Amino acid sequence: MASEARSKSREIETNFADVHPPLTGDEAVAEASRCLFCYDAPCQRACPTHIDIPGFIRQILHRNPIGSARTILDSNIFGGSCARVCPTEVLCEGACVDNTLLKAPVQIGRLQRHACDTAHDVSMKFYTPGPSTKKRVAIIGAGPAGLTCAHELRKRGHDVVIYEAGKVAGGLNTLGIAAYKITTDFAMTEVNRVLAMGVVLRLNSPVDGRKLATLLGEFDAVFLAIGLGRTAPLGIPGEKLKGVWESLEFIFQTHTKPLAKCKVGKHVVVVGGGNTAMDAANAAIKLGAKRVTIAYRRDRDAMPAFEHEYEYTSGNSVHFEWNARPVRIVGKDGKAVGLRCIRTKLSKSRRDAKLTDIPKSEFTIPADMVIKALGQEPLVDLVGAIPKLKLNKKHRIVIDPDTGATSVQKLFAGGDCALVPMEEVVSAVQSGKIAAAGIDAMLSEVKR
Amino acid sequence: MTQKDNGKLPNGSEWGVDLSIDFCGVRSPNPFWLASAPPTNSAYQVRRAYDAGWGGVVWKTLAHEPIVNVSSRYGSIDYDGRKIAGLNNIELITDRTLEDNLREIEGVKKDYPDHALFVSLMVESKRESWHDIVKQTQQTGCDGLELNFGCPHGMSERGMGAAVGQVPEYAKMITGWVKEVAQIPVIVKLTPNVTDVTAVGRAAKEGGADALSLINTINSIMGVDLESLAPKPQVRGYGSHGGYCGPAVKPIALNMVSQIASDPKIGIPISGIGGIQAWQDALEHMLLGATSTQVCTAVMHYGFRIVEQLISGMSTWMLQKRFTTSRDFIGKSVERIRNWGDLDLSYKVVAEINPERCINCGLCYIACEDGCHQSIKIERVEEEAYLKRVKKTKDDRVFVSGGAQYIHGAGDGYVNAFSINQDTCVGCNMCSLVCPVEGCITMKEVDTGKPRMSWKEYQSLLAAGKVDPIRPPEHV
Repeated sequence: MASEARSKSREIETNFADVHPPLTGDEAVAEASRCLFCYDAPCQRACPTHIDIPGFIRQILHRNPIGSARTILDSNIFGGSCARVCPTEVLCEGACVDNTLLKAPVQIGRLQRHACDTAHDVSMKFYTPGPSTKKRVAIIGAGPAGLTCAHELRKRGHDVVIYEAGKVAGGLNTLGIAAYKITTDFAMTEVNRVLAMGVVLRLNSPVDGRKLATLLGEFDAVFLAIGLGRTAPLGIPGEKLKGVWESLEFIFQTHTKPLAKCKVGKHVVVVGGGNTAMDAANAAIKLGAKRVTIAYRRDRDAMPAFEHEYEYTSGNSVHFEWNARPVRIVGKDGKAVGLRCIRTKLSKSRRDAKLTDIPKSEFTIPADMVIKALGQEPLVDLVGAIPKLKLNKKHRIVIDPDTGATSVQKLFAGGDCALVPMEEVVSAVQSGKIAAAGIDAMLSEVKR
Repeated sequence: MTQKDNGKLPNGSEWGVDLSIDFCGVRSPNPFWLASAPPTNSAYQVRRAYDAGWGGVVWKTLAHEPIVNVSSRYGSIDYDGRKIAGLNNIELITDRTLEDNLREIEGVKKDYPDHALFVSLMVESKRESWHDIVKQTQQTGCDGLELNFGCPHGMSERGMGAAVGQVPEYAKMITGWVKEVAQIPVIVKLTPNVTDVTAVGRAAKEGGADALSLINTINSIMGVDLESLAPKPQVRGYGSHGGYCGPAVKPIALNMVSQIASDPKIGIPISGIGGIQAWQDALEHMLLGATSTQVCTAVMHYGFRIVEQLISGMSTWMLQKRFTTSRDFIGKSVERIRNWGDLDLSYKVVAEINPERCINCGLCYIACEDGCHQSIKIERVEEEAYLKRVKKTKDDRVFVSGGAQYIHGAGDGYVNAFSINQDTCVGCNMCSLVCPVEGCITMKEVDTGKPRMSWKEYQSLLAAGKVDPIRPPEHV
């Protein structure tokens, strides 16, 4: 019995092995030799942090992985993480001109990982704090945006205190991305590289409107990088039943518990059509679920998940129920036993198209676990409590895209809580960089 | 397919062409020979080579006494991920006894009577030494001799190899000694490590050489190991200059082959050596005057089997060009090499970019902008507008993911489009050379409306006041 459990546990570990395993040295050089070294390279422009991709690939080709890692981290201090979790298919690799020429891009993500991994230990000492300016900046949230901003501010000699509501730093990069893409241990090494710059980190330190007002008084600037809150509720009966999970909560466990101890149902239904839904479904399959179904109320073409995520997911034998709108979670003895859906019809195959139910088309997908993956809701309680803070209709903080400045003086924002181009680690990093430069400019102005 | 197995020779007959050559009266089923080098060190190797389809070999250089070699011996240059663009060696001539070599040569020639077998020789610069080795060697029944006047390392320090080949008088004298006793054709192998290769070529001819082969390897140091700071290749931390060969040396070899071929005072058959790895390389040597070609590095890299590709490549080219025998094209391009001063200044080509083929890499632009004549325009085009420009190849450029459209080659909302400013383009070729897409950048002839005029003609017309000075091109 014990040996059976051990073999099961080994199987799960194997399931969670890297989706894109690291390149060997020979593979890396062969792959690097494919890069054309474009001028004003599309990949670099398509990267939200504008890493000099042709430059770092040429450094790999010329066997300078340490210089390569430096090139990457100069633009993106989470370069190793982004190499693992970025949707490169629609960013750098999607822009790669080799797609047109050879129908296959240079594997930029894997090359980036190769450089960052090879230079990992050395890269911990690439950066040192700048000479002290005696200016103090408070950062709310230790996710990729907050940590990047901290790193950039420390380089410029400003003191930084980070207030993090949770128990660990790194935000969704540490906990919120399925472990088959990035391990907790690796994510923490990139957090530690920032902390080594002399950042004061206060864990378990949630900030509310009042506290924020105090910080704005105490510090020379405040950077708000609180991310988003809980997964949006379905708003249907049965959400309180046992076996109903939020997608992030489900993914968190793959980082906080041994994989063999993670909870997973036999028959799992994931509700939603985004990338997080795909992550949750894949994680469920890898944790040993017998059958995983994604129920999405629109059709395949209207699905917000990236095509490569969809392909990976369907390749993992995840079953898709298109045009299935959940109406009720069916329970028995307080536990979920199925998801009741109704078929829908779209006026057009587009996300904004009109959705109508088809009468008498209800059906039930048996499930002992229902995972809600509708996307996260903004932290309205906090952002709504800040006087004069301008928000958009979806309660995202409006920022100056060039400086990260909000409508409130001394208050800057970035990451998912702000109006950024994508809800991705790489966008958060870029917004942290922009805000750090904006804060630094403001502080230098004040100094003069 | 071996001669021994079924009597068939690798002469292109299966393609319906005749690849065979006659080199100073020696028949060879095809023009592909192995150069005197490590691949022709033993009967075992030479038999394998003939069986693989090589038309001839030049047996690795014999001497009266075997030499002693060092370890290690070879160094190479890789180019951005490709192995062995160039190879060098500090290996010397045969390390086997003369008796062993001669016995093996005799045996091989008996079994392969229809393949060409030349034997390379190098002994001390004494008449009786040369007489002795020539006599012993030709008793094997081999088809001819090749005098190694080219080896640039080791042997030259002992007054042999390149030490002979660099001094026309010595080359002539020793060739003369050899010819006093030789009853079979004698090829003199030339070193490229000279200022004027034709001087030694003429001297060899005057000494009685029946043919010339070139080039031998080029003096070289392959590099320095950045860990140990020792040169490459190294022998207990030290190195020595060695002989450089391989694909990278072909242009140097072609120049020298064409110089020999076009020298009216030489006029004897040439065996072309240097950088041959593909059939095109061999053809280029032949078009510039070589009757046979010799290969070493490519075989050291990939083995004897590459001859199959040489045979099939040359045969299909001949079919397309309607050549039936190799005699039809040997030397055809020699007269196309002229002095610079005879080239037509009125001829003009300009580059043209096919936007439907362009993948937006920008390599042409930056090459022209920084290294050439600033004649490529870079234009930021918004994504949708760009797709309208490339309607025919739009489908290759666009993909949809997560409900959004993405364009290969785009970033930050735009695509770089490139076009040639043909008014300032000087027709240098550079953009078309760097372009990674076949058929994207082509050089088009433009009618300048001017009569043909070479620089020499221009100078005399200018002196006579019959033409205006040509205006220099405009620069940024």
